[in-house]
Amino acid sequence: MGESSTLIQERRKIVEDVLTAYPAKTREERAAHIGVKDPEDAGSCAVANNVKSRPGVMTIRGCAYAGSKGVVWGPVKDAIHISHGPVGCGQYSWWSRRNYHNGITGITSFVSMQITSDFQERDVVFGGDKKLAKMIRDLDRLFPLNKGITIQSECPIGLIGDDIEAVARETSAELGKPVVPVRCEGFRGVSQSLGHHIANDSIRDWLLGTRNLPDGGTPYDVALIGDYNIGGDAWATRKILEEMGLRVVAMWSGDGTMQELAHTPGAKLNIIHCYRSMNYICRHMEEKYGIPWVEYNFFGPTKIKESMRKIASYFDDRIKEQTEKVIAKYEPLMQATIEKYRPRLEGKKVMLLVGGLRPRHMVGAYEDLGMEIVATGYEFGHDDDYERTFPEVGEATIIYDDPTAYELEQFAARLQVDLVGSGIKEKYVYHKMGLPFRQMHSWDYSGPYHGFDGFPVFARDMDMAINNPSWGLLKAPF
Amino acid sequence: MAEEKGIRDGSPAGGETRPAGADTLTVQDHNTLFSSEDYQKMFEDKKYFEDATPCDRVQEVLEWTRSWEYRELNLQRTDFLINPAKACQPLGGILAAIGFRNTLPLVHGSQGCVAYFRSHFSRHYKEPFPAVSSSMTEDAAVFGGMNNLREALQNAMALYRPEMIAICTTCMAEVIGDDLGSFITDYREEGSIPEDFPLPWANTPSFVGSHIIGYDNMMRAILADQAKGRRAEGNEKINIIPGFDTYTGNLREIKRLLDRMGVSYTLLGDTSDALDAPATGEYVMYPGGTPLEELRGAAKAKATVALQRYSTKRTMQLAADRWKQEAVVCVPMGIRGTDEFLQTISRLTGKPIPEEIRQERGRAVDAMLDSHAYTHGRRVAMIGDPDILLGVTAFLLEVGAEPVHIVCTNGDAEFKEEMERLLATSPYGASAKVWVGYDMWHLRSLVFTEPVDLLIGNSYLKQLALEADIPLVRIGFPIFDRHHLHRYPIIGYQGALNMLQMIVNTVLDELDRKAPGHSVDLIR
Repeated sequence: MGESSTLIQERRKIVEDVLTAYPAKTREERAAHIGVKDPEDAGSCAVANNVKSRPGVMTIRGCAYAGSKGVVWGPVKDAIHISHGPVGCGQYSWWSRRNYHNGITGITSFVSMQITSDFQERDVVFGGDKKLAKMIRDLDRLFPLNKGITIQSECPIGLIGDDIEAVARETSAELGKPVVPVRCEGFRGVSQSLGHHIANDSIRDWLLGTRNLPDGGTPYDVALIGDYNIGGDAWATRKILEEMGLRVVAMWSGDGTMQELAHTPGAKLNIIHCYRSMNYICRHMEEKYGIPWVEYNFFGPTKIKESMRKIASYFDDRIKEQTEKVIAKYEPLMQATIEKYRPRLEGKKVMLLVGGLRPRHMVGAYEDLGMEIVATGYEFGHDDDYERTFPEVGEATIIYDDPTAYELEQFAARLQVDLVGSGIKEKYVYHKMGLPFRQMHSWDYSGPYHGFDGFPVFARDMDMAINNPSWGLLKAPF
Repeated sequence: MAEEKGIRDGSPAGGETRPAGADTLTVQDHNTLFSSEDYQKMFEDKKYFEDATPCDRVQEVLEWTRSWEYRELNLQRTDFLINPAKACQPLGGILAAIGFRNTLPLVHGSQGCVAYFRSHFSRHYKEPFPAVSSSMTEDAAVFGGMNNLREALQNAMALYRPEMIAICTTCMAEVIGDDLGSFITDYREEGSIPEDFPLPWANTPSFVGSHIIGYDNMMRAILADQAKGRRAEGNEKINIIPGFDTYTGNLREIKRLLDRMGVSYTLLGDTSDALDAPATGEYVMYPGGTPLEELRGAAKAKATVALQRYSTKRTMQLAADRWKQEAVVCVPMGIRGTDEFLQTISRLTGKPIPEEIRQERGRAVDAMLDSHAYTHGRRVAMIGDPDILLGVTAFLLEVGAEPVHIVCTNGDAEFKEEMERLLATSPYGASAKVWVGYDMWHLRSLVFTEPVDLLIGNSYLKQLALEADIPLVRIGFPIFDRHHLHRYPIIGYQGALNMLQMIVNTVLDELDRKAPGHSVDLIR
């Protein structure tokens, strides 16, 4: 047995040890969700996924409403998104996801507002449809420049049998604007993931293809799909695409508008970053409109360059040549970033637990800085995510699906990692443990991390997390 | 759990490494990156695809939304909320629960709620907030959540080893009508949960009241379930109930004051250590809270003092009716509020207020006199929870500031009356109007039509503060965008000093920022 397989065995032992704390039923169930990459054994690459979290284990997952309002619809800036139901869901998801956008809040854009039907007991008892219809009319008077309204259902809506579709049809006809009902009640599905799907379907059914591009289109029209413009990610991406000679006709959904979503079938190619949350609409447009789609990865120079060439391959030589020029233009910035930060980060071990695409898409960016991913996984991944992940990670990497707070703490400690990347709920646990941590959902209020302009920011942030001198103060000298 | 976790020793390479420096590369993040000409042109060009409203029309609507006409339209809105200052019941429920030692909050219902609560609190406290969910999904919506709750309890007990699990509910569980009481009885009878394992539970429907009611319901349930008996002769202890208080600094301050007085007390729901744990290299899941033995003795105390009224109504009924104790509410905010609190404690315990505290009072009053020129006559608009608003208003009246718009999304008629009584005690309260059930979008209309000098509220209020160019003093919950404010008390004389400091220095910063060159004085 070689050295590497010893490492695999060690990691398997770690997984086994961590699982011993569970009651038998949960242990067996959780074991299926954790794998160790072994190149010899293709079968070990599969981990169970997209099934219910065990009750009581402190899952990191959210709900379908979070997937729809929080992820897919929320960033659409010129529509009003009603959190339909009690006050909480809208309150906790208010202005927290950093979907950057241009516009005037409350006048032309509504992303950072919390608009709730504030369900009371009487609404639960007698139904909320009348109230909803009145609310939609009132909102349109108060915010006359809105370009549409979406109804983001919270748990009670589906339980009390309200007919929000009827309200949507009626008010949409009356206002002459799209009113989109979204059945994203939090109890549906097992995580945010079904909410993404439901939101995609609602765009498909109520908006997609209802408008044309403002002109006849060009051969270079692309739609940028699955980038929520956190800290300006989608802008850093759009800049590259435009420099390549492409025309970005729609952004889904960071800094996006109802018009852009509606006219997207005019694009020649859909390019998708967050596969998990928006593959549905790409597949639909491929089937219905024959629009091809391509996945790309704009984290870190290696993957950015690879992805740019992949995107360019769908176009003519002019675009391909221009793409090479853009790559060359940014080469000095990428080199300077690596020269500056790689020596400070070389060999550091990283553990990730994030959402849609980042558990695999960020591997290359860390590797560009000489860092190693030793464990990674998804809150709400499916088979196709894990299939795409295993080739990206090194031997003996632990892959976990929907890990519990307990598992993550154990892995971080036992793998002796140097950096943990996850979310706000996890962050401060690791600060107590003395482990550098970066929020990899919100970029910890930094960003962009996408594109050439994002990589130096990413590198700087990882450096400051790991190398801040305050980590050296944890142990009192007495 | 903590000692089993093999916590790494020492720090990573940090501490040894020199700063990265800016010699070879200046990194531009979102704060400056997008101001460049290429990005600005990109933003402008994007409008072609946006069906964007022409600029003059946007300007016209913007101005209209700041008019009296819009205000009237906006104030007619009564049955839905835009930017409210309230959250839902279970958020308050789990805050009550986490203040008890080795207690794990469990929320029965959809799992997304718990993810939201934990995020919300972690963003405010910059601390972990352990809580679990029974993760109910569609099948539980049909068949009920009995199996989910059983498994949740079993898993949580095995993994997180709590001494108590405090259960509240989401709206899903409430709508389908799960009966927690009978579930728990069944679990105990079938032997799946030990007979004596404490499981206080409360119904906390999100479509009734707000987070402060959820706090009250959960606190009452924990006390009713755990603290049996009634006031015992000869017991000199008093109970303190903080209410929905998100300042760890307040809890430390109240303990400091009571310790100085030599009072024997139980702080019921003490989040000061639970949500303000030291960084030592070791993660401790339950770093503090009221010990359960003390909780169990609470019924025998001679009196219960609540530091908030509107988040403790049902709890205080329990203290009065079931425990047969004197149940008093004192909000120790501002000088007089603190005076009253200390005098009440002194009366209840027979302990004198020590000279040291009298001196603290004097120092706070001294500071108020020193700063009065910058507080006197300042017009203030504010929004927040009822008890915070009452405390802040009392303080503002003491320093000669003038509350103008007082908005309380989650207040009730009793609060409105109490606030109006308070305002009537001072001529500085004469221009105030109390808006119960209103929100920040209403407040926007009020502020644009009747301007103020200062805003007081939580972080969300910065949207209005920036738009209206009015400085914001962050008092309340949540505070996401400034660090560590919750570690500094706003109660007691020390809290009065802190509020004064925040208000005065905000006013002074604003003067410097807006003053013409000649008026930028060195000495204020």
